[in-house]
Amino acid sequence: MANPVAPWGNAQFDGFAKVTEIGPLGMITLRAKRDVAGLEAAFAALGLTLPDPRRIVIAGDKAAGWMSPDEYLLILPYGAVNDALASLATSLAGQHHLAANVSDARAVFRIEGDKADQVLKKIAPVDIDTLAVGELRRSRAAQVAAAFWKDGQGYTLVCFRSVAGYMMGLLSHSATSGSELV
Amino acid sequence: MSTRLSKGGRLIDRAQAVEFSFNGKRLRGFAGDTLAASLLANDQMLMGRSFKYHRARGAVASGAEEPNALVNLGRGAFLEPNQRATTTETFDGLEAQSQNHWPSLEMDIGVVNNALARFLPGGFYYKTFIHPRAAWKHVFEPIIRKAAGLGPAPKEMDGDRYEQAYAFCDVLVAGGGIAGLQAALAAAADGARVMVLEQTPVWGGRAPVDGDVIDGMAADLWVKTAVQALEGMPNVTLRTRCMVAGVYDHGYVLAEDRVADHTPGDGRPKKRLWRIRAKRIVAATGALERPLSFAGNDVPGVMLASAVRDYVVNWAVSPGDRTVIVTNNDDAYRTAIALKEAGLSVPCIVDARAVANGPLPTQARALGIRVETGKGIAKVKGTKRVTGVTLCMQAGEGAGLEDIACDAVAMSGGWSPVVHLWSHCGGKLTWDDAHAMFRPDATRPPISHDGLAMVYPAGAANGALKAAEALVDAALAGASAAWANPIAAAQADMREEAALEPVWIMPQGASYKLRAKMWLDYQNDVKVSDVQLAAREGYESVEHTKRYTTLGMATDQGKLSNINGLAVLAGALNTDIPNVGTTTFRPPYTPVTLGALAGEARGEIFQPLRRSPIHAWNEQANAYFEPVGLWRRPYCFPRGGENHAQAIEREILNTRIGVGMLDASTLGKLIVKGPDAGRFLDMMYTNVMSSLGIGKCRYGLMCNENGFLSDDGVVVRLAEDTWLCHTTTGGADRIHAHMEDWLQCEWWDWQVYVANVTEEYAQIAVAGPKARALLEKLGGMDVSAEALPFMSFAEGTLGGLPVRAYRISFSGELSYELAVPASFGLELWEKLVAAGADLGVMPYGTEAMHIMRAEKGFIMIGDETDGTVIPQDLNLGWAISKKKADYLGKRGQERSYLASADRWTLAGFETLDGSVIPDGAYIIAAGVNANGQGNTQGRVTSTYYSPTLKKGIAMGLIKGGLARAGEVVEFTKLGASPVKARIVDPVFYDKEGAKQNG
Repeated sequence: MANPVAPWGNAQFDGFAKVTEIGPLGMITLRAKRDVAGLEAAFAALGLTLPDPRRIVIAGDKAAGWMSPDEYLLILPYGAVNDALASLATSLAGQHHLAANVSDARAVFRIEGDKADQVLKKIAPVDIDTLAVGELRRSRAAQVAAAFWKDGQGYTLVCFRSVAGYMMGLLSHSATSGSELV
Repeated sequence: MSTRLSKGGRLIDRAQAVEFSFNGKRLRGFAGDTLAASLLANDQMLMGRSFKYHRARGAVASGAEEPNALVNLGRGAFLEPNQRATTTETFDGLEAQSQNHWPSLEMDIGVVNNALARFLPGGFYYKTFIHPRAAWKHVFEPIIRKAAGLGPAPKEMDGDRYEQAYAFCDVLVAGGGIAGLQAALAAAADGARVMVLEQTPVWGGRAPVDGDVIDGMAADLWVKTAVQALEGMPNVTLRTRCMVAGVYDHGYVLAEDRVADHTPGDGRPKKRLWRIRAKRIVAATGALERPLSFAGNDVPGVMLASAVRDYVVNWAVSPGDRTVIVTNNDDAYRTAIALKEAGLSVPCIVDARAVANGPLPTQARALGIRVETGKGIAKVKGTKRVTGVTLCMQAGEGAGLEDIACDAVAMSGGWSPVVHLWSHCGGKLTWDDAHAMFRPDATRPPISHDGLAMVYPAGAANGALKAAEALVDAALAGASAAWANPIAAAQADMREEAALEPVWIMPQGASYKLRAKMWLDYQNDVKVSDVQLAAREGYESVEHTKRYTTLGMATDQGKLSNINGLAVLAGALNTDIPNVGTTTFRPPYTPVTLGALAGEARGEIFQPLRRSPIHAWNEQANAYFEPVGLWRRPYCFPRGGENHAQAIEREILNTRIGVGMLDASTLGKLIVKGPDAGRFLDMMYTNVMSSLGIGKCRYGLMCNENGFLSDDGVVVRLAEDTWLCHTTTGGADRIHAHMEDWLQCEWWDWQVYVANVTEEYAQIAVAGPKARALLEKLGGMDVSAEALPFMSFAEGTLGGLPVRAYRISFSGELSYELAVPASFGLELWEKLVAAGADLGVMPYGTEAMHIMRAEKGFIMIGDETDGTVIPQDLNLGWAISKKKADYLGKRGQERSYLASADRWTLAGFETLDGSVIPDGAYIIAAGVNANGQGNTQGRVTSTYYSPTLKKGIAMGLIKGGLARAGEVVEFTKLGASPVKARIVDPVFYDKEGAKQNG
């Protein structure tokens, strides 16, 4: 089996911030209520911590994000998804939940540099200055849905696969040198 | 003449000369100039022509309120019409053209309108062009548009970049004059996040020009100190060249940032639209001086007194050697003093008031300036330039007392607070009789989500016109807006000013002839006589008068004319000004470039384009795309010199006899899981899904609560508690939301989860008699009829890639739909193409898909349905469970009209002559209806030329439906005789299903 292809070919753009399409990453959407028995153990079995509302907990190459009161986003290496799904099925057997592989349904971008925040300020109606470390923000980027969080020297942004090209164009336009928000 | 003074000019840098052009003429200015200042410095007083009469016009103001000095900037892809010379910064290489002139600014043919002015009164358009109706569109409008009108719309695509940005703050201060800065200092003192936006490039507003002294410092120095203090606060953001355009609900504010207007070509975005969410807003937007209405007040050289002062003090530009001041207040004396101090001549101050003895008039007299009280200007002499004025008694009818030669007139009719931002979201105004102005009514502010005041007016915008009052008012407004503790306001020296006396017409008893030369609205050529005529004709509402006379319309939105106009209207109606009220203040405060509103949304990122994993291959294969939602799907793949019809015919025939491939990735895919999932789907679909065997597929219909058919697709059962529902391409998000709606709002206690995995999978339909052979060539899983019968699925690998293969068919052929993780979609597609080369595999597009399903008699959501069609209309009763107690739409379908036997139902149609029935055609019935229109008994829903059957085929809805099979009916055809067609079974191809089942 060949390697999976990132939706926009891992494109890059260098402006006043650096934009890179990363991935594909392994992603699982997990629908379950917070009080489902064994949920914390199910996360722990994957090396993950159950996130608080509107937060994402990052642990190495894995992360768990809170998406809604009954939805989580699990991020892990692309090749680890099937084992993780099997693990969840075991951990949550008999408990009402839904776990689905969405690794290929998403495009993931990194926006990096001292002024990376400005790229997002131009496209998302979000108060980036008050975005806490570990805060996962579901919002929009111009005309499409997006989720993002601060991570190291930049931000990670997730959107739907089909609009990867639009997102790359949007991020590149926003990061164009000379258009710093000063 | 107007010229540059040898000294002074607080905003210009004489060391930095800039070259620009006006109507092709090369001129020089200084860095720091506005274009209007540069033009005046070059004795270019004439800057444009008026809209209706093409009268000569020069700058009347020095800022955002300017109605006259509109120019085209740049050229070609960088042309910008209707730019105010008074707010445009002069830069090296600037190119400006005056507007509304032909053949030239100096010699304008349109000025003939001026002579015809008495034939062009207020409401002229309505009166003259109303009959005959057709003439408006074809004769009058094109001519008027040519003769009137402002700058030309650019013809080329805009060559500049634009963008938007979001910002958040506790307090947004609009205006960077002393009130705005004082309010910001107060608001920020306790740590609130504060943004201060100033529309000009310079902080401080009018105070430095007016010579105010604050905290013992010259205003300039105080402003510098205040800005430095604010810059040092981490919680404060300051922006110049950023105009607050509008205030909207809940503290939403739009502001236009002129990032690179003055530095074109430096790679920065030309403009940036700020979309700001502010908790509260301080409107420190200052005040605008009002003109006086005297005959000839539009002749170039007649300017606002404050503007004359600005030109002298800010840019060292003298509008004229001899300037007559005409006023109804003390403030205008400052202009006389400034002119005198600059070494210029002020032959006379004409004061409409009977007495003027305050400190400013006293100072003016001490400087040797003649002051004439109780007088007015009867008329201005000159056409392209002021040459003099004739004085009269203000109380009289305009008999000339004396002529005074001059080349400029500085007028002041008092000041109007800029209440726009206060008013945008519903703040109310109160009439201040003492100052003859509307100001914000503090008891009726615009309110935010919390029911509390959202906008706090400050300083002159709140009617506190003097510096000392303004600073106290602003400090309070700033602290209030931040809900912070008050701070001590800066102290300005107080200089007494006597009350103004309202003067709306000069002289008050002016004859019609004079009133017909008194301009209220310079841009639209509305005069005192026009508003009075409107009043006589019954236009009592100020809003109606505005629309009838065009008072206060166009780019300046009546910044100078509104108050004067409604005062004249009040006078004509014998009522008080507050009874007349103002017109509505709407955003934007000054015009915002469309490019800034569009922001980044142009070109490649105008709109999101959704691409399937196979999109790039489709592009390379010369696909002709059609939009399906935000997707672009291949309509067909023309080869060589084929037209679309030929390509579609080839694609269909190849699929019918060989094998074809369709990119079906856009189909919606929803996983539904949980203990109650079966029960839930039984409610969602009209048929039973809970009984579907694991590994099996079933076609299902979804209706809305009213019973109308909403979506369809194949449902597959993945596991005991898990189903996968396919929706139409356009239905994916809609049906997902529909399911969540019912689960969250109605059946919240059912244990069901839904996940939208539409984009997780690429989906490829492989259809045709050789489909199986193609899959077998890739190998990896058993795709035989025995292992994988029709309407079942299996998981495995093909060509080494993980797939789920469904035996479903929308073409009527032996068909597989292969779902593969999107990352491998292109790889699987390319493997199929390569492996199928010797089988003659070809891709087919959506039109081939549409035609093949029509040949097979399959309905299409959006063709056979239009929101008024129920499944029973389409003979789909077989897909409606009779056993189930309920499903969405069941009760709706039982309503008498939907259950009626008279409904139009689905049938097939074959034209007698083999032709194709036109799209949208109706089936003719006998007689006419109450409106004399022909009766109808049905309509076509899908109509195509069938390459398989070599003739036109159609589906349609007809009263009586298939019970009338064999009958011949007539379809309408525009411009031709009706088309005769026979009612037939809608399944034209392989009725027994041997091919798809094979």
